[in-house]
Amino acid sequence: MEKFTHSIKPPSGFSLGLKELWQYRELFYFFSWRDIKVKYKQTSLGILWALLQPLGMMVIFTFLFSKTWPINTGAIQYPIFVLSGLILWNLFNSAVSHAAESMIQNASIINKIYFPRLIIPGSSVLVASFDFMMGLCIFIIFCFIYKQPVEASALLFFPAGILIIIIAAFGAGTFLSALNVKYRDFRYTIPFMLQVLFFASQIIYPLQSIQQTWLKYVLAINPVNAAIELFRAPLAGNAMDLTVVSIGISSTCIILFAGIYFFRKTEAYFADLA
Amino acid sequence: MKPAIEIRNLGKEYKLATSQRYVALRDIISGSVKNLFNTRKKPIEKFWALQNIDLDIQPGERVGIIGRNGAGKSTLLKIISRITPPTTGSAIIRGRVGSLLEVGTGFHPELTGRENIYLNGSILGLKKTEINKQLDAIIDFSGVEKFIDTPLKHFSSGMQLRLAFSVAAHLEPEILLIDEVLAVGDMEFQKKCIGKMEEVSNKDGRTIVFVSHQLSYITSLCNKAILLNGGKILEVGRPSNIINKYVTDIANSDLSKNKNLEGNEVVSLIAIRVINKKGELGESFSVAEKIGIEMHYHVKKGEHILWLGYNVHNKDGVNVFDTHSVNTSLYNKPHEPGEYKAIAWIPEHLLNTGLFFISCAIFNHAEQVVHFHKKDAMVFNVYDVFDESTARGLSPGDFPGIVRPLLDWQIEKV
Repeated sequence: MEKFTHSIKPPSGFSLGLKELWQYRELFYFFSWRDIKVKYKQTSLGILWALLQPLGMMVIFTFLFSKTWPINTGAIQYPIFVLSGLILWNLFNSAVSHAAESMIQNASIINKIYFPRLIIPGSSVLVASFDFMMGLCIFIIFCFIYKQPVEASALLFFPAGILIIIIAAFGAGTFLSALNVKYRDFRYTIPFMLQVLFFASQIIYPLQSIQQTWLKYVLAINPVNAAIELFRAPLAGNAMDLTVVSIGISSTCIILFAGIYFFRKTEAYFADLA
Repeated sequence: MKPAIEIRNLGKEYKLATSQRYVALRDIISGSVKNLFNTRKKPIEKFWALQNIDLDIQPGERVGIIGRNGAGKSTLLKIISRITPPTTGSAIIRGRVGSLLEVGTGFHPELTGRENIYLNGSILGLKKTEINKQLDAIIDFSGVEKFIDTPLKHFSSGMQLRLAFSVAAHLEPEILLIDEVLAVGDMEFQKKCIGKMEEVSNKDGRTIVFVSHQLSYITSLCNKAILLNGGKILEVGRPSNIINKYVTDIANSDLSKNKNLEGNEVVSLIAIRVINKKGELGESFSVAEKIGIEMHYHVKKGEHILWLGYNVHNKDGVNVFDTHSVNTSLYNKPHEPGEYKAIAWIPEHLLNTGLFFISCAIFNHAEQVVHFHKKDAMVFNVYDVFDESTARGLSPGDFPGIVRPLLDWQIEKV
């Protein structure tokens, strides 16, 4: 019986609450399961849509940048280059925007029952990762079609790049979701910020093509750049800019901790605000 | 044994800075620009929804919390269920908590009934294995097995509620917190759920904390009641005593606070009271007592034929009966100016138990005038007596019906 004893006090201090998150792991699963199920029930194109969108973008950018204004992407052919960037960007984009909205969308549940609130933005990120797996399959198929050489290091670098995206998106998503509960009109600025971030990420151009070193390292603060750098390394004969990667990994850690810290600090009052 | 719930000096303060509960960024920005020119700051209004709450709830106790709107009932429940944190004090909860502040939390219209059982169940704290084990019982209890694999959006609202209640009724935490949820849905099914909850709580000694406006549920389900008023505990005790206290001190004082007298230039109401057969003021009557409703009124202009009437409603808002002053000597004669007292006696063995609300009026439908009609002017409670002299006799449990007349039974061998 003592196992379930808990004490309720005015909020003070900070803890990650990992033990409690583990107790509620099934709810985490059910929230993700619900979102995936509902999503694919509602769209008639279903899973296909998750694949068509990056492919369409790939065609547009390939047409623009390999025919109209050619960009030097080294050993990687441009369609593969841009598709690798796009699938990672889509993961980041949909994880952040869904996580940011998640707390408001689930306000009716938050008002009525207790569970560790981190589950909500967390499951949004998991749902986005599920879509990403489809994109990854398509990417691998296209590597075969274009006969793109891939180093064995992909087994390490692909997951590393994906992990950076997921962690950064989770950090940013939790931060924005808490901010969205507090300031209800903040959500309208998120699509704009993501649009800016899209162009600040090396999706359609390589970061190495930037002449000014300082600008390159400023852009490296954006974790998406480090993730794409890692992800593309096995395609470019393991060539990567270690400074860019280490700046990106550091900022990912900062984003994760800032996001969780802010979320945990404000979550106690979500039910009063939402 | 340590208490299941131990509350010490608990308080919750809300800030009433703005009428909105959340803030818009644009307000902050425009507000800070305004503040540059307007240095006088508007004080933030604070309001204690709960204050100095000390309470021990023992394992196996079934506690009902009553009080009028805004007394802090729901806030207390929200703090115990950890939805919102307290501002001061602490609460220690010993045992697995299930909170039902709403039925069907998280139900999704696109998912099937079966999928929603899993979703709702896990939100309410059931493990997947527990849901698997109870699934058939839940579906069976809900009575919607035919539709269980169709999306919830095709369910009628009644069916959705039944499904939601079934999941709730199969929760088996050590401490169950329930808020008003039973106030919706059809009565028969509610009874079934309460029966199921009572069964489990008697068997396993489950602790229940129950908030409701429907006082009859408190008496039927709980063995202890707490009266909250203005965020503070007014009294703790047996449900019937607490309900009487609530009815006398709070409900009626609310009604009499309204000082502007009912009436017009012809006739006005001075007072209305409920009395027992000795003519003493009362608020709570046994089913075997007759109840007098006395109206004291002032006729200012003569020559008018005045009819008096009462409407009697029970706590569910059902109009139990209306009565008009048809058998008085003054029925079809004009009143002369002056003060009058009229008493109507509700016979013993007519009303069932519970709260009854009296509305009073003076009118003349033949002339199509209503001089006044004061709604819910008075409240009184009717409590049960367990002996052969009442309609219940010795049968235990709930005695249903809006009225419970003691009828003349005749049995003879043929």
